[in-house]
Amino acid sequence: MAEIEGIYTIWLREMKRFFRYRSRIVTSIVTPLLWLIIFGTGLGAAVRFGGVPGGYKAFIYPGIIGQTVLFTSIFSGVSVIIDRQYGFLKEILVAPISRESMVVGKALGISTASMIQAAILLALSFIVGITMSPQCFIVSMVIALIISMGLGGLGLVIAAFTDSMEGFNLIMSFIVLPIFLLSGALFPITGLPAWLQGAVYINPLTYAVDALRFTILRESVLPLGVNMVVITIFAVVTVLIAAFLFNRKEQNIM
Amino acid sequence: MDYIIETEDIRKRYDDFLAVKGVNLKVPEESIYGVLGPNGAGKTTLISMLCTILRPTGGRGTVNGYDIVKDARKVRESIGIVFQSRALDDILTGREHLEMHAALYGVPRDIRDKRIEEVLDLIALGDKADEYVKTYSGGMKRRLEIGRGLIHHPRVLFLDEPTLGLDPQTRESIWRYIEKLNREEDVTVLLTTHYMEEADKLCDEVAIMSHGEIIKADSPGNLKRELGADTITVRVDRAPDFYELLQRQDYVKEAYLMDDEVKILVERGENLVPEIVNLAARNSYYVRAVELEHPTLEDVFIKYTGRGITEA
Repeated sequence: MAEIEGIYTIWLREMKRFFRYRSRIVTSIVTPLLWLIIFGTGLGAAVRFGGVPGGYKAFIYPGIIGQTVLFTSIFSGVSVIIDRQYGFLKEILVAPISRESMVVGKALGISTASMIQAAILLALSFIVGITMSPQCFIVSMVIALIISMGLGGLGLVIAAFTDSMEGFNLIMSFIVLPIFLLSGALFPITGLPAWLQGAVYINPLTYAVDALRFTILRESVLPLGVNMVVITIFAVVTVLIAAFLFNRKEQNIM
Repeated sequence: MDYIIETEDIRKRYDDFLAVKGVNLKVPEESIYGVLGPNGAGKTTLISMLCTILRPTGGRGTVNGYDIVKDARKVRESIGIVFQSRALDDILTGREHLEMHAALYGVPRDIRDKRIEEVLDLIALGDKADEYVKTYSGGMKRRLEIGRGLIHHPRVLFLDEPTLGLDPQTRESIWRYIEKLNREEDVTVLLTTHYMEEADKLCDEVAIMSHGEIIKADSPGNLKRELGADTITVRVDRAPDFYELLQRQDYVKEAYLMDDEVKILVERGENLVPEIVNLAARNSYYVRAVELEHPTLEDVFIKYTGRGITEA
């Protein structure tokens, strides 16, 4: 019982932080819209994209949802570094609840924030000319939940190894952008050169984007089931690793 | 006497650096106990081990009867901790910090609000309680942190450098607040400090720590008394004669004559001041002024470590 209360408490704080940083919510919605409307329209006009009804804009729509979830999840996970720098992490780490509960509470908070953003984007599907059915909405939300747990866990794993926000640019360049660009969010993942193909397939976000594309556009490279299994394993593994790292890491936190 | 914190030869090694070298600490129940030492003496490492944040390399310790390694969780439930550096979230309110802490430490829901009101009363945040912590002054933040450490009614409160970086007035008010807690809530307080004055004014007992070892532990009064000499300076007419007279008293360890002043070194000077004035009166000397100086903890510290606390 104490553990559930602990998980809830950590989740609640994550939510408070999410809703109090209004500017972050605004940017997290505006950025994907810019991608869709400007990039999607611009590139869509330049290339002939016959694959999907609705054209290139519709094609990248699931990818941009994936991108939003990616940014929010990784950065919320990495925000533990800020908690460490400003000292608040100590207050949580010395509390008499298990480190596993702390990590799960945090990961749930991260995925709730990501799902709120995904829900807003899904509700704006008319912008790219897609009508959203309730089933489609629900399945997309489930995908967002699973992949955001995994990416949030990944953010926590990164945070466990990083002591200051100086590493932030490195994280952006070497982790977040590659995951985004290699996910097939912006281009089809079939018919790529072998080296690129390999990189795309070891990227967990690829499977989430493919699953979203199937759900929203009825079009995918892999079956939905395979995609779901892969992202679920990814989520479980990263959260377990994060919990293990926070458990093991001894810090002189006074 | 019952000890609420006891350690036996507790040690902490970092690679090839021994931060704490075999410390034996005995903290009496319901006391305010100070660990005094310069930065880098190992104070924080010592109390981190007692708070179960760091695992000792060797030796053992108990807090509130629980082993700090085997029953770490029980220890955590029964202690409150205030860290040296701030541990607050700017974007939460004071009340939210208290709510969160109460939930994490398993304070039952039905008494949570009452506890929070009690603590808010105690730390006198007033109507700031529902504002974001980023609007608080340094003293308010500190009071909030101390109050937060008390929400779950701990038996022991650990304070690591509680008044570091605070202005003198705030420091005094934090001291008074700690004394009040100790008195009214029956909380044992273990604090670390490198302020002599803090150890002297606040603590019932002080352990002097230097280079990872506790060199000496006793009440501040006893520590200073052990140095012996209080200095009594008497300004008197016919000083040379009075000097002669004083030299013959057996409580006087040493005496010096300086112009119209006589300086004597004695033990327990406060008891001797009336004695000396009466002695002067009986022999019809006219006393103009008497001054009594105690040795300071700084003197004690220098005696035991061979250096001042600031020159670590």
